Amino acid sequence: MNVAVAKTGNGRAVSDLFASAEGRLAGSPSVIAVRREAFETYERLGLPHRRIEEWKYTDLRALVGEVPPLAAAPDAAALKRAADAVKTHAIVGARKLVLVDGVFAADLSDVKALASEVSFKTLREALEKDSGLLTTAATDAVIALNAAMATDGVVLSIADGTQLSAPIQIIHIATAASASGFTRSQVAIGKGARATIVESFVAAGAKAYQVNDALTVTVGDDADVAHIRLMDDAPDAVNVSSHFVTIGANVKFNFFNMTTGAAVSRLQGFITLAGEGSELSANGVNLLQKTEHGDTTLVVDHAVPNCVSREVFRAVIDDRAHSVFQGRIIVRPDAQKTDGKMMTRALLLSDEAEADNKPELEIFADDVSCGHGATAGALDDSLLFYLKARGLPEKQAQALLIQAFVGEAIEQIADDGLREHVIGIAERWLERRS
Amino acid sequence: MALLEVKDLKVRVEEREILHGLTLTVNEGEVHAIMGPNGSGKSTLSHVIAGKPGYEVTDGQILFKGEDLLEMDPNERAAKGVFLAFQYPVEIPGVATMTFLRTALNAQRKARGESEYSTPDFLKKVREVSKSLNIPQDMLKRGVNVGFSGGEKKRNEVLQMALFEPSLCILDEMDSGLDIDALRIAADGVNALRSPGRAMVVITHYQRLLNYIVPDVVHVMSKGRVVKSGGKELALELEASGYAQFEDAA
Repeated sequence: MNVAVAKTGNGRAVSDLFASAEGRLAGSPSVIAVRREAFETYERLGLPHRRIEEWKYTDLRALVGEVPPLAAAPDAAALKRAADAVKTHAIVGARKLVLVDGVFAADLSDVKALASEVSFKTLREALEKDSGLLTTAATDAVIALNAAMATDGVVLSIADGTQLSAPIQIIHIATAASASGFTRSQVAIGKGARATIVESFVAAGAKAYQVNDALTVTVGDDADVAHIRLMDDAPDAVNVSSHFVTIGANVKFNFFNMTTGAAVSRLQGFITLAGEGSELSANGVNLLQKTEHGDTTLVVDHAVPNCVSREVFRAVIDDRAHSVFQGRIIVRPDAQKTDGKMMTRALLLSDEAEADNKPELEIFADDVSCGHGATAGALDDSLLFYLKARGLPEKQAQALLIQAFVGEAIEQIADDGLREHVIGIAERWLERRS
Repeated sequence: MALLEVKDLKVRVEEREILHGLTLTVNEGEVHAIMGPNGSGKSTLSHVIAGKPGYEVTDGQILFKGEDLLEMDPNERAAKGVFLAFQYPVEIPGVATMTFLRTALNAQRKARGESEYSTPDFLKKVREVSKSLNIPQDMLKRGVNVGFSGGEKKRNEVLQMALFEPSLCILDEMDSGLDIDALRIAADGVNALRSPGRAMVVITHYQRLLNYIVPDVVHVMSKGRVVKSGGKELALELEASGYAQFEDAA
């Protein structure tokens, strides 16, 4: 890579940002040393750009350019706005952990209700002892930036055998305009546990802000986990999120990502199947309009034999929006009897809409069943005419067909309540459109 | 009273004229059969009445209850009471038949300024009609026409006719792909919907269908025009002598 180009004004902006933010960054002197090193990595690389293969379709340097300063800690007015947003976006019955502008908000969270089933700390608390929280299985410039700058997050530990009685919902709320929020969280799920984790990213009146989140999830053997991510940031916001998931043996892991907001977004998931006999279902929907750019990148690493992975991804792209799906399946030499499949489809609602699909299979074992498929196309005119001939106006006919299209991914959500919730999000997006 | 008036209709598809000045009047309560060889423009006529895109009307008009049908979108035509039973009903994966039926019925009612059907009334009506058409309930939970046999697809069209209660039903080659038993069930469903306020236009290549749905008037189409009209006996005459005599007439 071209180091000379990487050291542009972007790196300088972050440099100033780091210097001015250092006083607010939690951690012991050893943690601060790790942060400084991560920041230097970032400064060396700069924002990812199109000449870096993994970021080929999402050139942050061109799309984002600058990283705005760290958001101030929320004041009373900000917390009041956040409280209203929590009411709107809370999943019924879920136990909430709320981060406002990158700072944990205890008053908006259900820490007491959680305490009986889950061990909980904030990242800020955890970093007093453990600098390991700032290292991750994979790294790139945005992940390094996150390690350098993460102000707070949630650190959860669910003990072996725990059957969570309610979903845990981590809600990220932005209230500060033209500011950046950096969060980093960790969820450790014990053997035989059953858990549902929901992440929500929303705005409370904020504009032109940036979110950089990192989440590490470890799953013990025989656990049953549902993980839903709902990203509905403001239309002019930026959201870059990274997931690091390590799955033990005989686990059922059901993941779903929904993108309905942000001017520029990328979810990059690095999922490792590290124990035999596990089933991963990783799915998602991008609903994009205007000039939105939404990127879902999943790397599924079959490190051991006898695991199943399924990926179903759908994108609906209107106006001049751009959707990216990159799906890589790695099958390590020992991972015989791997069964990995990925299917991605894009629906283009306008002539200027754009979809990029990049499936990659890296197979190093010889007794495996792997495959991928990708399609892109417009709504079927013959179906539209049939619906209109039955009395549905154009937009309503389109909406019904779009719902059916995204339904193929949404129906992969195992939990009935969450599936209905996500269907509702899609319906509201379609109403906004018409 | 005239329900449908097609006057000197000329229609092009991609620069080629298919209908060359077609005139047809259908009164309330009547059943008209339109017969003709392949390529005579029968299906084009049905598509233009329903408002399918891709057809250019270069001359003439279509009046429905005295209103200019060509000025309306397909959904407006449906709400006014025009129903086309498709020759090849499409499959719509992911849209449950029941959801589709309710959405369509309520869209039509809304367009007419009527209140939405209550759920119990709707379900009761669907159950009644589907039972008479031998449509099992579990079929209604599946995607629209997905995995349906040819007969089931046509019965699903008749089910919609019964639910939407249109005043003009156009049946485009309803008999294609059906065996005798399937044809009889579908035809019985259609006959049950005959009423003084409703007209039907039955488009068919073969006389066979008209044994089951007996028309009041039979038209022969050839090369984009109606070349002969008469009573139901005209269909039998055609069965005996074929279309060749009309090819020259047109």
